[in-house]
Amino acid sequence: MTITRREMLAAGAATLAGAVVTPGLRLIELATAKSPEDAVTALRRWGMLIDVAKCNDCDACVTACREENGWQGHNRPATDAQWIRKVKLKDTETGYVQTLPLMCQHCEHPPCVDVCPTGASFKRADGIVLVDKHICIGCRYCMMACPYKARSFVHEATTDQKPYAPRGMGTVEACTLCVHRVDEGRIPACVEACTKDGHQALVFGDLKDSNSDIRERLAAASSTQLRADLKLNTGVRYTGL
Amino acid sequence: MLIGVAVALPAYAHEKTAGSRVPMPSVHTTPGEKCVEPTDVMRRDHMKFILHQRDDTMHRGIRTSKHSFKNCVDCHADPKTGSVLGKDGFCQSCHSYAAVTIDCFSCHTDKPEKQPGNKAAAPGNIQSGAAAITGSSAP
Repeated sequence: MTITRREMLAAGAATLAGAVVTPGLRLIELATAKSPEDAVTALRRWGMLIDVAKCNDCDACVTACREENGWQGHNRPATDAQWIRKVKLKDTETGYVQTLPLMCQHCEHPPCVDVCPTGASFKRADGIVLVDKHICIGCRYCMMACPYKARSFVHEATTDQKPYAPRGMGTVEACTLCVHRVDEGRIPACVEACTKDGHQALVFGDLKDSNSDIRERLAAASSTQLRADLKLNTGVRYTGL
Repeated sequence: MLIGVAVALPAYAHEKTAGSRVPMPSVHTTPGEKCVEPTDVMRRDHMKFILHQRDDTMHRGIRTSKHSFKNCVDCHADPKTGSVLGKDGFCQSCHSYAAVTIDCFSCHTDKPEKQPGNKAAAPGNIQSGAAAITGSSAP
């Protein structure tokens, strides 16, 4: 049997592809884990996909967030901080009920950043929207500007904060997408809790990485942005709504 | 940590305030390696280091530990109270002596992230977490 030049090339390409796909995944992971001295870049955009169909009637994500970031309340629902909350949607015609977690949507064009008079509300290069509490004056414009009611104001003096999640009276705060964990190459606490409980309703990943799980899922099924009419290009997407 | 400070400042304190009514700062530190910069540099410029690091960490995600606030607290917390505040706390005692208000602790915790389990677990998490982020090997 003779092998033509074309067949030889094709076989070579196939072998190469096979070799790269499996061990390559590991190589890419190692290469992309950020070292502490590296600044974040716009080569990534962190995002989350929430599968509402898989979202159970539990609050594992809320509890995990509260424990991770230490925003326990004072039993005053009107003013207590709430980085993530469960929202119940009911179709009034049919009575069909869905629940979903709602938090900062980490918009590409965040209104909270537009209105901030001091520059405390900002978007990091990798798309995570944060409050720099060193600069925040507590004016709460961002809370009014946010269409998702994602931000909270800290009314009470705080003690026993987590070392990686400082929070203090007179400043505004919201979901940080667990930035301290993400910078270490870990996933947010809510995603971890949901996965651990077996619901797997939350997927976290890099929206700019075409090989990431989140990109594959977004490409495979239709998803929605909440208030897509505002054209904020949210980093948090919902499917099954 | 900071044997240099522990030795140098009491000596300094002694010569300046023998019999003085001025309460001197407490600089008890747990024994360990020396501080991240020489003692005289730290005394004068520690606020510049943490201010610079603050912006780097907050806005650019640079999380080196050398000049990080967390690193200060981890080393300087009083082993008895577990805090850098309090009458004899490393930060508070010196700041009251110098009459400079510290705002840091209205948001930051004054306690170290010391739990031995935490520290040991951190590097491992980075690796396993990297796998989790790409999602390909998530359960």
